[in-house]
Amino acid sequence: MSRFAPFALAAAAAAAFALPAAAEIDRPECIAPAQPGGGFDLTCRIAQQGLEPFLDRQVQVTFMPGGIGAVAFNMFNTTRTDDPNAIVAFSTGSLLNLITGKYGDWSIDDARWLATAGTDYGAVVVLADSPYKTLDDLMAALKEDPSSITIGAGGSVGSQDWMKAALLLKTIDGDPRKMRYVAFDGGGEAIAGVLGGAIQVYTGDIGEMTSHMDGSLRILGVMADERLAPPFDQFATLKEQGYDAVWPIMRGFYMGKDVSDEDYQAWVDIFEKAHGSEEYRKIQSEKGLLPLDLSGEEFTAAVRAQTQQLHDLAVETGLITE
Amino acid sequence: MMEVLHGLGTGFAVALSPLNLLLVLAGCFAGTLIGALPGIGPINGVAILLPIAYGLGFPPESALILLAGIYYGAEYGGRISSILLNVPGDAGAVMTTLDGNPMARNGQAGKALSLSAVASFVGGTIAVVLLSLFGPMLARFGVKFQPSDYVALMVFAFACLASLVGSSPLKTLTGALIGLMLATIGVDANTGVQRYSFGIPDLLAGIDFLVIVIGLFGMAELFHLVEQQIRGRLTTVPIDKSFVSWADIARTKWTMLRCSLIGFIIGTLPGTGASVASAVAYGTEKRLAGSTAGTFGTGDIRGLAAPEAANNGSATGAMVPMLTLGIPGSGTTAILLGALLMFNVTPGPLMFEQRPEIAWGLIASMYIGNIALLVLNLPLVGLFARMLTIPQHYLTPLIAILAFIGIYSIVGNPFDLYMIIGLGVFGWILRKLDFSLAPVILGFVLGGLFENNLRRALSISGGDWGILFSTVDSLVLYALAIAVVVIPLWLGRRAARRANAAFDA
Repeated sequence: MSRFAPFALAAAAAAAFALPAAAEIDRPECIAPAQPGGGFDLTCRIAQQGLEPFLDRQVQVTFMPGGIGAVAFNMFNTTRTDDPNAIVAFSTGSLLNLITGKYGDWSIDDARWLATAGTDYGAVVVLADSPYKTLDDLMAALKEDPSSITIGAGGSVGSQDWMKAALLLKTIDGDPRKMRYVAFDGGGEAIAGVLGGAIQVYTGDIGEMTSHMDGSLRILGVMADERLAPPFDQFATLKEQGYDAVWPIMRGFYMGKDVSDEDYQAWVDIFEKAHGSEEYRKIQSEKGLLPLDLSGEEFTAAVRAQTQQLHDLAVETGLITE
Repeated sequence: MMEVLHGLGTGFAVALSPLNLLLVLAGCFAGTLIGALPGIGPINGVAILLPIAYGLGFPPESALILLAGIYYGAEYGGRISSILLNVPGDAGAVMTTLDGNPMARNGQAGKALSLSAVASFVGGTIAVVLLSLFGPMLARFGVKFQPSDYVALMVFAFACLASLVGSSPLKTLTGALIGLMLATIGVDANTGVQRYSFGIPDLLAGIDFLVIVIGLFGMAELFHLVEQQIRGRLTTVPIDKSFVSWADIARTKWTMLRCSLIGFIIGTLPGTGASVASAVAYGTEKRLAGSTAGTFGTGDIRGLAAPEAANNGSATGAMVPMLTLGIPGSGTTAILLGALLMFNVTPGPLMFEQRPEIAWGLIASMYIGNIALLVLNLPLVGLFARMLTIPQHYLTPLIAILAFIGIYSIVGNPFDLYMIIGLGVFGWILRKLDFSLAPVILGFVLGGLFENNLRRALSISGGDWGILFSTVDSLVLYALAIAVVVIPLWLGRRAARRANAAFDA
């Protein structure tokens, strides 16, 4: 408990003495709802390094693993609902968990959505000597018989990774439930699967492809709205190849739902300043993320939009009932 | 070959710089201590210290060398609490308790500690030599290993498990079954459906390895100790000054060599780790021991050397897919991979070309680390062995506190503290009923891997079970599995027949 005690004290002290107007972030903390070394850790490091010039004190990174983010979400809806110092890392995958009830009965209204750390985009990947030379080859084969091709990714059926494959199939009016989907335990194992020939297609993320741009894999398309910046500018988007599947994997931060407007706005202001700086951009790309700068109202709207999209897809594919 | 030597040259130049040398030694030392604490294994040691290593602002190769030192240091240290306290530090050290702890109770704690240090050294060193020579080639082999081959490997591991069947096959199998059942808790990896989570969010991700090991083993052992103490049946172990002899090493040299290889190969396969490697190694050795296998489980030095050589071999083996392909082979290497990314280094096939100082520096540090660990561990044997002389009424609460801190520092969730208590009571009851706990843990470890890969294989084939027998690798493994079960039975029958024939004549 010692880790949390100071914050409880600080929060109590702030509540007792501070004037509401003086919104100050005196002990900034970023909570990565996972073990160290994972994607949420990286997200928090972006806050730690990227916000450094704009805060009096460095952001502390703490870890709260458990229940694929559920433990942290519950914590911020039960005990730390108004903590003005803490931000929690989340991703598109967390939103999907929220929709499908894996976080309990909470909804997206139970948090204050703060700002993005950056984004990644889905990518359709095959082996370099795959018979599918182009996306058209693959889609034609999928159209012929969706169950003739093994598609794999790092998550279970109904996960964010699976959604990418489902979305791909939907562009040709295929039934995602007919696809032959293989669930791996994380992107690393799925990449091993495609390299070893266990699966033919991998619906991964473009960011993780930096380690594999040695010619062993071929990227058939990127699930972004438009061409990305180098070194990914060589890959055509799905959209420009005639398949309307866009899949950003947002990474960002939320706060407890009872955080006051002043405290929330103080954080939004800091993120707005950071988003405009060169230094932040550099840190973002070093951590494997692509630019996407949203905060405050705008960000909340984006979260809502993506949640709606996820919800519709989940209903359509029978993951949840209305 | 020249390439490897050149690479190692670069690597040693990096690893032997004063700062890095100091860091590898510090890492190994800290790792040994961390591993020796019940409840904190390599994965947690690295996870806890990663933010610190990051905060110290070292260059990436130095930070990575420090973390890797902690990794194999902890793999070394894990054996200490297994041997002395019968509480494994992590899942990979479970098999070490089987013969290590009886040795300590027979007054051979010093010998057990020193022999296992030698076995760990052999396992680690053979593995790092193989890693430098054949890393990329092995990585390609590991990747070619299909889900259906993993199924065959798990069948083989289960067959090896059958060698654990002691006096009561029914209880061993029931134990393994309990482990399998525990493995099904949480979100199903294939369909995303919740299983046996009863709507409790803390159970969604399943029960952590560590919680099972600490609960079933550690807490149950503590309850057992307390019970003994209350009944006044606690016997004090005399301080022993025993030490490994050359004869012991000569007797276990083939065991160590074989198990180092087994450990390394299983370690290179993404997804399988020290726990599978040590189980397969122990089972294989017990099978190979033939008529002398009866002493396994009662403090046989071969039963101690086997899992220790294997788990250190696999710790290094797990580095192969991480370094050469950027694919983590185990939980700990997944964290190391995250650490690389945090230091803005992209792991994978390009790392050896783009950042040779990191890739080769890390490999060179493994050579140094292994020697450092042996040198560090042998003189400390006497000190560790004296731990047994700490009066039980101080030791028991100390272990309990360490276990709770260990679990809480990692999981950060009070729910798991209740869970280890519950599992501890359950484990204690199982012990009262004469169940061995190792099959439960192995059932848990193997069960998850078996199920996931079986379902992956069947998704690939579209439900055709024929895929399980479609590759040479899998057929070889099935043949080995059958051999492991049948040959001892057959040998036993033949020996009995001969004995009968001799008797009749």
